[in-house]
Amino acid sequence: MPTRRQFVHAAGTLAAASLLSLDVAAQSDPFAPLIADFTGGAPIKQGRVTLDIPELADNGNAVPLRVSVENDMSSASHVQRITILSEKNPRPVIGTFHLTPRNGRALISTRIRLNGAQRLMAIAQLSDGTYWSASADVIVTSSACWDES
Amino acid sequence: MSLARIQVPPSAKRGEVIEVRIAIQHAMEAGFRYDNNGRTIPKNVINTLVARYNGTEVFRAELGSGISANPYLQFFMTAEASGDIEFSWVDDAGERGSERAAIVVVG
Amino acid sequence: MTACLLAIVILAACSTQAAQPVPLKSGVEFASADVRSLQQDDFANPGMLWVTRGAKLWLEPAGSDGKACGTCHGDANRSMKGVASRYPRIDSVSTGLINLEGRIQQCRERRQHAPLMAYESDELLALTAYVASQSRGIPVNVEIDGFHRAHFERGRAMYYQRVGQMNLACTNCHDANWSKKLGAETVSQGHGNAYPIYRLEWQAAGSLQRRFRSCLSGVRAEMFPYGAAEYLDLELYLAWRGQGLAIETPGVRR
Repeated sequence: MPTRRQFVHAAGTLAAASLLSLDVAAQSDPFAPLIADFTGGAPIKQGRVTLDIPELADNGNAVPLRVSVENDMSSASHVQRITILSEKNPRPVIGTFHLTPRNGRALISTRIRLNGAQRLMAIAQLSDGTYWSASADVIVTSSACWDES
Repeated sequence: MSLARIQVPPSAKRGEVIEVRIAIQHAMEAGFRYDNNGRTIPKNVINTLVARYNGTEVFRAELGSGISANPYLQFFMTAEASGDIEFSWVDDAGERGSERAAIVVVG
Repeated sequence: MTACLLAIVILAACSTQAAQPVPLKSGVEFASADVRSLQQDDFANPGMLWVTRGAKLWLEPAGSDGKACGTCHGDANRSMKGVASRYPRIDSVSTGLINLEGRIQQCRERRQHAPLMAYESDELLALTAYVASQSRGIPVNVEIDGFHRAHFERGRAMYYQRVGQMNLACTNCHDANWSKKLGAETVSQGHGNAYPIYRLEWQAAGSLQRRFRSCLSGVRAEMFPYGAAEYLDLELYLAWRGQGLAIETPGVRR
């Protein structure tokens, strides 16, 4: 029978091991294939995109989200597409929005589902073929009580 | 019956960028829930939503199960001429819906 | 003398137990800024989809006589103003207690000769939300005398009755611990003035009875079926306990 000290030691080793595996997981970027799908391999730059989401969401069923892109909306230069990607949802592409110069302003907002605390990314494609992105972290809390109503 | 609400300003000046909002009553069933008999409730979400302003497409959204039930969307567009904005959408079961709202442009 | 004093102490304890929470606070006051702004924005509030559907149903003929709600009651903005603030109440014909849902069902049965809507169906929720929303801002003002009294007392007893594997009564959370945290949630005073509500957890609109079922399942107690007399009595007690709170339908909760 293990002593308390042995148990604590073993638990510590386990915790360290799981930290290690988390670290490995973080290194294989879950966004990489999604980004490649959206950009076709073109590089993306940080900036121009603002992704607003609460740091602490009440419930993963409906999290308010707003994406805006700093750019003209003229036929010469405009935002063509905005996509929203999730790190941990079973279907990571949350939505893709196609804009035109007629929108006048590149801002969309919606409510999204999140499968737990995670990082979100928004990528915008401009008419000149460049891609811009922003990320945000969100913690998702849930209801205190079991609900089988 | 698919029910939707659209909100646009009561009137706008020509060239003004106006806010457009739409909310649709739809479960956006993600396909990860079970019914009382333990069977998976199949995925059924509104996958495409298109907005046309006086017949011309101004906005299109491809949506997935990551969009909340009773989806809500806000975007902007430039008021050019009086007429209407018409939204149409389709879900995975092939059910279509549409709703329109009048746009009044002055000046 | 001692006995008298004791009686006074007991009386005081009883009346404290039966009193309204002080100060009275609607559930929305315990909600996050995100949920509050969702409730306060009549477009973004998803419960308004049910209200909008209710407005359509109000004008839709049903039953053998082809009558709609509006055929008798006209413009709901006028005729239904304040109505929800007085429910649950005793139905003068049956002398039984009915809530707003029950009143709508009764109209369908007796006046429209139309099939009843299932409890918690989107249609009944929509009509209830539409009618209740006509009383927004009007304080809850139910009667508890006469035929109401027995229902009120049973509702009160249920409110204080410990139930379920967790052995909790309504009062253990909603009197003793309101404003405190339960996980990430702030415990409310447990009022019904915003129902039917849109609850993010449900991803849909739901009735006060659905909320009772949520609480019952939360404390691992057996749920009564929709429309049960126990729920109606509890609805009356809660309405009295929140007497004076303004109706907020459709509320939004997490």
